Amino acid sequence: MTDTNEGTVATIIERYQGDSGMLIPMMQDIQTECGYLPQAELKELSSGLAVPLADVYSVATFYSSFRLMPKGDHTIQLCMGTVCFLKGAGKISEAIQREFQLVPGETSPDGKFTFSPVNCVGACALAPVMVVDGQYHGGLTVDSAVELLDKIAEGDKSTEDAQAGGGKKK
Amino acid sequence: MSTVGTKFDSAEDLRQYRAHLLAQYDPAARRVRVCLGTGCTAKGSAKVMERFCRAAEEFGQESLVVQAKSTGCHGFCERGPIVVVDPGNVFYENVNEEDVPEIWRESVIGGRVVERLLYKDEASGETATTPKEIPFYSAQQRIVLAHNGVIDPTSIEEYVAGGGYAALAKVLGSKASRMEPEEVIEEVARSGLRGRGGGGFLTGRKWRSARDAHGQPKYTIANGDEGDPGAFMDRSLMEGDPHAVLEGMIIGAYAIGSSRGYVYVRNEYPMAVKHLTMAINAAREFGLLGQNILGSGFSFDVRINRGAGAFVCGESTALMASLEGRVGEPRAKYIHTVESGLDGKPSLLNNVETWANVPPIILNGADWFASFGTEKSKGTKVFSLVGKVKNTGLVEVPMGMTLRQIIFDIGGGIPDGKAFKAVQTGGPSGGCIPAECLDEPVDFDRLAELGSMMGSGGMIVMDEDTCMVHVARYFVAFLKDESCGKCTPCREGIAQMLDILTRITKGEGREGDIDTLETLGTLLEDTALCALGKTAAYPVLSTLRCFRDEYQTHIREKRCPAKECPGLFQYQIDVDLCTGCGVCRKKCPVQAITGERKKPHTIDWKTCTGCGTCFDVCPFSAVVKV
Ligand SMILES: Cc1cc2nc3c(=O)[nH]c(=O)nc-3n(C[C@H](O)[C@H](O)[C@H](O)COP(=O)(O)O)c2cc1C
Ligand code: SF4
Ligand code: FES
Repeated sequence: MTDTNEGTVATIIERYQGDSGMLIPMMQDIQTECGYLPQAELKELSSGLAVPLADVYSVATFYSSFRLMPKGDHTIQLCMGTVCFLKGAGKISEAIQREFQLVPGETSPDGKFTFSPVNCVGACALAPVMVVDGQYHGGLTVDSAVELLDKIAEGDKSTEDAQAGGGKKK
Repeated sequence: MSTVGTKFDSAEDLRQYRAHLLAQYDPAARRVRVCLGTGCTAKGSAKVMERFCRAAEEFGQESLVVQAKSTGCHGFCERGPIVVVDPGNVFYENVNEEDVPEIWRESVIGGRVVERLLYKDEASGETATTPKEIPFYSAQQRIVLAHNGVIDPTSIEEYVAGGGYAALAKVLGSKASRMEPEEVIEEVARSGLRGRGGGGFLTGRKWRSARDAHGQPKYTIANGDEGDPGAFMDRSLMEGDPHAVLEGMIIGAYAIGSSRGYVYVRNEYPMAVKHLTMAINAAREFGLLGQNILGSGFSFDVRINRGAGAFVCGESTALMASLEGRVGEPRAKYIHTVESGLDGKPSLLNNVETWANVPPIILNGADWFASFGTEKSKGTKVFSLVGKVKNTGLVEVPMGMTLRQIIFDIGGGIPDGKAFKAVQTGGPSGGCIPAECLDEPVDFDRLAELGSMMGSGGMIVMDEDTCMVHVARYFVAFLKDESCGKCTPCREGIAQMLDILTRITKGEGREGDIDTLETLGTLLEDTALCALGKTAAYPVLSTLRCFRDEYQTHIREKRCPAKECPGLFQYQIDVDLCTGCGVCRKKCPVQAITGERKKPHTIDWKTCTGCGTCFDVCPFSAVVKV
């Protein structure tokens, strides 16, 4: 992984003219490139900007969107906002954690899914909502959420159809 | 439409360009507007858009101009995908890909209404053709959201054609008519506009302090962090009308003498980032951002920073720390950020919705704006009306409208024949307002008097099935995760409160718990550093005030009156309704259900964990809570 990312950090630092105030955007760019924040890249960033590695890590661990471990094939953001909560997101969370061996903030043992419960994705009118690989799925039930992930796990591309009808009822 | 080669050197250039756009506009052209807001996109509106675009391309009749375009959110996402046909403003809901040919043939080309896709009033069965006839829209007053759902947010031409940047042109007009920075501030101050980000601070006063502050450069910042769960108006604005936010910021920057701006956008809002980026690029190209804007000599530019997933970064000092590349820990505000904010320089921070209010105020005048609202809360406010309410979505209403009007007239009341219990306003630090107060007018001060707050405008409706202890626990759990941990009362106090609330919701509450919660709440308010900690106990204190009985029943009788806390009520199978289909038996994760096929089943209370799966899956609603 690191080999293919050769030069990434240097390019990113240059993109922001080496301004250490832009540390967070730089780390976001690294995460976009690498899928997470690899140790080697963070070290390079730290020395490139002359920001202590401890500071880089404190930023990396403070903000919940940063990942220090590689992500799975698919990322699941389950909305835990107030409305989703009122409409049963808690149960969905329990069910998919059970079914797919997910742990909040981590990647499943089979490397399929990275699971992140998030505060609110701002699509409250569709609650409960889950965002999988950037696609919003609304009006979920425990069963439809499990079904959706099952399909994705099987690599079934028909998920897009499921999603088109997903929010219609309720 | 091409934007190349259009750079305005003066306000007059802009006016002429607008006149040119309007002259080109053919009012008889058939247009179909497809909502590509996040809500509708989630329901497949991108495919609907694709089909309309194809239909428009394939359309051969020269005599008729046809156009398919995308818009931002209409606010009624629940009914999405939303499609509107012009002329006529015909409003279609729940539009599927398969509906496209019919809408195209009948409505767009034929000018006939497709009855079956119209909004239908549940009670009377009557259909509505235009938004004006739909109760959800008819009582709204859309100033900030005026463009949302109307213009294509990715097109600066549409914004300009609709009167966009005219306020900026008024401010930076020709030498003779230019508004002095002081005049701009005076106008905003006189309008009575108060910050829409939560505190309700007078915007004009804040601008004046920023103007008077010493130090250069001065920064102008838009707070688009929108951390309150349940609120999505800022998202909708940034996605659906990004130029309005920029125009407000440019005017504000001119007023305080600032050359650099930031928009801090929440990490979870990729479409907002995309649309704002396009808007900034287009504005630069047009000479509305950058050096010597409209030939006035005033220069200002904006960049976008994405948040990284920390609620506390919505707080002004934490946001600025985050912009400096540090962890988002708030600092004590002995010195205000208008004097020493980002990089120790004077920094003017306003909420996205606040900024979007600025252009209409400048254009139509302070008196016009102040004619809406109440004595001390002027203008309108966008609320996200969500939860257990029939019509959910974004609604913009004049300040002072009553909760009942918002929830029942616009929102259509509570679904499934349930009773209204409370409405939660103000986000995680807000409070729950009970049914007795439904006739109270909604404005900054009245909400505070009711023990809640305006916050960013979340309005979460709860029905009789909602347990208030459970809700309070939800907010406290949220804030525990989001406390930055810098100060002890917040870090430890919230954790203590959560422990107690968790015990209560599990039926392990003890006498004295309520007192301890109240003591902790007061302690937090008195000693925490930032508003997150200071107000963290509000959801608990406000529910204790209005729903104390419910806490007591949990503690003394180990019972949850709303039947929501697992273990504090039981699931039972109604033998008369059960058909013995066996679905619940198969689904129960702990095999607590037994029964023969086609005979009523039973739940073994000892094994049951109260997970509620049977309740959810029973096709005959035979599982009941007792
Ligand atoms: C914990 C916390 C979170 C906040 N989150 C936001 C937010 O997401 N958006 C926002 O505009 N203001 C938020 N605020 C309020 C800001 O600190 C600030 O008052 C506001 O952005 C100022 O803009 P205004 O005067 O236009 O309201 C938050 C405050 C606190 C204490
Ligand atoms: S009150 Fe809480 S969030 Fe605010 S500074 Fe203290 S620990 Fe951080
Ligand atoms: S996203 Fe289409 S109405 Fe809100």
